[in-house]
Amino acid sequence: MVSMSTERVGVRKKPEVNNGQATTGAAAPVEETPNHIVYKKMEKIVEQMQHEETGVPVRTVKSFMTKIPSVFTGADLILWMLRNLDVEDQTEALHLAHLVAAHGYFFPIDDHVLSVKNDSTFYRFQTPYFWPSNCWEPENTDYAVYLCKRTMQNKARLELADYEAENLARLQKMFSRKWEFIFMQAEAQSKVDKKRDKLERKVLDSQERAFWDVHRPMPGCVNTTEIDIKKACRMNKPMKSSKHLAVGVAGGRISPSVSEADLTNPVESLKHDIDLLKTRVDRCNFKVSKAAESFISYWEQYQEYDPFITPTDPPNPWVSDCPDFWEAEKIAKEIPSKRVRRWAFSVQELLKDPVGREQFVKFLEKEFSAENLMFLTAVQELKCLPQKDVHDKVQAIWDEYLAPNAPVPVNIDCRSMNITKKNMQNRDRWTFDSAAAHLYHLMKSDSYSRYLRSEMYKEFLSGGRKKTSVRGIRSIVHFSKGKDAPPPS
Amino acid sequence: MSDGGLKVEQPMESMEALSKEAEELKVKLEEERQKLNDVPLTTVAARLENLAPLNIKPRRVLRGHQGKVLCSDWCNDKRHLVSSSQDGKMIIWDAFTTNKEHAVTMPTTWVMACAYSPTGSMVACGGLDNKVTVYPLSFDEDVTLKKKAVGTHTSYMSCCTFPYSDQQILTGSGDSTCALWDVESGMMLQSFQGHQGDVMALDLAPSETGNTFVSGGCDKLALVWDMRTGQCVQSFEGHESDINSVKFYPSGDAIATGSDDATCRLFDLRADREIAIYTKESIIFGVNSVDFSVSGRLLFAGYNDYTVNVWDTLKCNRLTILYGHENRVSCLKTSPDGTSISTGSWDFTLRVWA
Repeated sequence: MVSMSTERVGVRKKPEVNNGQATTGAAAPVEETPNHIVYKKMEKIVEQMQHEETGVPVRTVKSFMTKIPSVFTGADLILWMLRNLDVEDQTEALHLAHLVAAHGYFFPIDDHVLSVKNDSTFYRFQTPYFWPSNCWEPENTDYAVYLCKRTMQNKARLELADYEAENLARLQKMFSRKWEFIFMQAEAQSKVDKKRDKLERKVLDSQERAFWDVHRPMPGCVNTTEIDIKKACRMNKPMKSSKHLAVGVAGGRISPSVSEADLTNPVESLKHDIDLLKTRVDRCNFKVSKAAESFISYWEQYQEYDPFITPTDPPNPWVSDCPDFWEAEKIAKEIPSKRVRRWAFSVQELLKDPVGREQFVKFLEKEFSAENLMFLTAVQELKCLPQKDVHDKVQAIWDEYLAPNAPVPVNIDCRSMNITKKNMQNRDRWTFDSAAAHLYHLMKSDSYSRYLRSEMYKEFLSGGRKKTSVRGIRSIVHFSKGKDAPPPS
Repeated sequence: MSDGGLKVEQPMESMEALSKEAEELKVKLEEERQKLNDVPLTTVAARLENLAPLNIKPRRVLRGHQGKVLCSDWCNDKRHLVSSSQDGKMIIWDAFTTNKEHAVTMPTTWVMACAYSPTGSMVACGGLDNKVTVYPLSFDEDVTLKKKAVGTHTSYMSCCTFPYSDQQILTGSGDSTCALWDVESGMMLQSFQGHQGDVMALDLAPSETGNTFVSGGCDKLALVWDMRTGQCVQSFEGHESDINSVKFYPSGDAIATGSDDATCRLFDLRADREIAIYTKESIIFGVNSVDFSVSGRLLFAGYNDYTVNVWDTLKCNRLTILYGHENRVSCLKTSPDGTSISTGSWDFTLRVWA
C-alpha cells in the first residue's frame, strides 16, 4: 500500500469532528464517539481483508496498453465476505460492503459513487492515512486546492465531474480574495505529483479522490461523516465531574437517585447507596429459568393476537389497503370469542376492552360490589388530571368512598387506611395509591376470578353475544381514557 | 480553613467504612445474581418451534420532510403519525392514505423529539431549544397560534411522552435528568436525577396503574423510576456504549435496550439482570430504536446501517433484515394495535412496514 505524506495533500489534520453546527470540544474522547466505534470495527474487517494470504486477492491488471495497479474485483470481495464474515447471504454482504465503501475504506477506481457491485468492477483499498478515524474534517479551502489542482492535470481520467465543477465555481466565488493563494498551493502540489512514478500516481490520485468522495459526496450520496445531533451536543458539553464515588465492581454506581444536595455530602450519598444496595440484596428475585418460562407463556397466550405472527381477520389494513380491520371493531354486532378469551388473561386485559369492562361492571353490580372498581377508576382519573384540579378531586374521592359517612364506602385494610389518612394531609395525585393497590389486589383475587368462573362470562364466551350499548356505562367508567381511548372523531 | 481540616478527618474515616460496606454489598449482590442465573433463556426457549418466515414489506412511504427525520410517534387511532425533522418541521400524517394533515414550522431547527397525546388532540415536541412545547391540533386555525411551552431543561430535550393523560408530559434531556410536567400550568411535578450522562430515551411501563418508567442514556445505564417518588428503583448495566433506546416488554416484566455498541439487550426486572443479548459479528452499527410486537416474540431494531433487524427475543436469533431506507434509521415504533411498524430515517422519509 502506498503511503501518503501530509505535505502533499496540504490538508490539515484536526483532532475534532465537525457537523456543521457543532464541533467537539475537549469533552468526550473522540475514540468513544459513536462514529468512531463503527470506524474501529470497520477497520478490523478491512485489515482482515488486506491480509496478504487470507485477504481479498489484490492484483495489478494489464489492460490494453496500460496497467491498473492494486485492484480487486467486487465479486472477489463479496466472495471473501461470505466466506469470512458471519453474513447470512449475498444481499447482506453487499449491503455491508456498500457501507464500508461509503465510509471510504475501499472504493471503485473510477466512480464517485462509493458503492459495491458483485461483478468484475475494480476496487482499491484506501490508505490508512485517509481513513475517517484519523479525525479528518477537511476545510473548504483544502477542497478548493484539490479541485483547482485537478484542473491543472490534462488527463481525461482527472477531469472534473459536473458537480465538482459547480463546487469549484462556488468555492472560487467564496474565496475570491484568497484565490491566488489557493491556486499557488494547487500548483505546488501538482508539481510534486508530476515527479511521482506513474503507477504510484494513479493509486494516489484515486485515493485522494475517494477521500473527497467521502467528505464532499456527490449529490444524492450519503455523507457518512455526519454525526447524530444529540451526540454532537453531548460531545460539546464539558464532561460532568464524577459526582459519585466510583466504588468499583461490575454494577458500578448503584444508587443513582441522590439529589444535588446529597451530593455535597459524600457520607450521606454513600449511606443512601448502601440502603438501596441492601434493599436490592434483600429483594426476592426470580431465577432466570422462571423469568424465561413467563416469557414463553406470555408468547403462547398472545401469539394469536400478534398481527406479525397470526394473520388478522379482517386482513391487516396495511397489507390489504382496506381499513375493515379497524372498522370491524366498531361496527361488529358480535364480539368474537377470540376477543372475549383475552379478558381471562388478566384484569388489565378485561378492563382495557370497553365491552369487557361493561360486562365486569354488570357482574359487580349483581354482586353489589361495584364500588371497588368505581373507586379504582376515580383514582386512575385523578392521576390524569391537571395539577390545579388534583386537590379538589382528592377531597371528592375521600368524601365519596373513604370518609366516615361516605355514601359509597369501600373496605380497605387498616394499614392502607392509615397511610391514606396520612397522605390526606399532603395531597397529591398519589394520595390513594396504597388504598388502590390493596383494592386492586382484592378485586383481582376475588371478584375477577369469580367473574371468569361465572355463567355470565361463559355464556359470553361461547355465545358470541350481541354487543349492547356501551353508553350508559361510559358515563361512570373512564379507565380507558389513557392509551386505549377511542380517537377523536 | 485550619479547623476545617479536623472536621474532614472524621467523615473520611467513616467514609472508608461505608465504602467498604458498599463494596461488600455489591459483591454479595453479584453473588445473589449469579445464583439466580441458572439456565440461559435460549436453553429454555429451545423447546419452542422456530417461527415461520416473516413476510414483512414496506407498505407506505411518507415523503415530505426536507431534512433528517429524527423522531415519530403513533396516534392511538392506529393510523396517524407525527414526525419531527431537522428541517424544523413537524408533520402530522394520515399514514394509511399518506396524506399530510398538518405541517407545523417550529421556532427552532433540530426538533429531536415528538409525541402524540393519548386522545390524539395534541402533540408535543422539542429539541435543541431545550423546551417541550405542546400544539393542540385543529383544522380551524393555524396550530402554531395555540402552541404552549410547557417545560424547559438546561440542555436539549431528547425524548418525550405523555404518561396516560393529555395533562402531563414526561421528558428526557441532555442535562441528564428526566422530568414530569403539568401541561396546563407548566409546573414541574417531579424531577428524576440519577443519570450520569445525557438521557436518550424513555418508555412508560405498560401497566394501567403504571407508576414506573424506564430511561436510558449515555452513561450506558437503563434506570427504572418510580414516578411518585422520583426515586430510581432499579438500574441495569452491561452496554458498552450509549443506550439510544429503551422499551418495555409488553408484559411489563422486562425492558429491551438498543445501543451504539451495536447490540440490543433484554433486562428482566424480576431477575434483576440481563437475560438476553441480540448481536451478530457482522452487525457493526449502532442501534437507534427498538420496539416489540404484540406477543413480545419479535424485537424490531432500527440501525445506523440503514436497516431494521428483526430478532426472535426468546431464541435470540435474527429472523430477517428489512432493507429500504437509504440512510440511518433514527426511529422505530410498533403501531398501537401491533399491525405495523413505522420507521423514520435520515433519508428524509418515513416508512410503514407490515
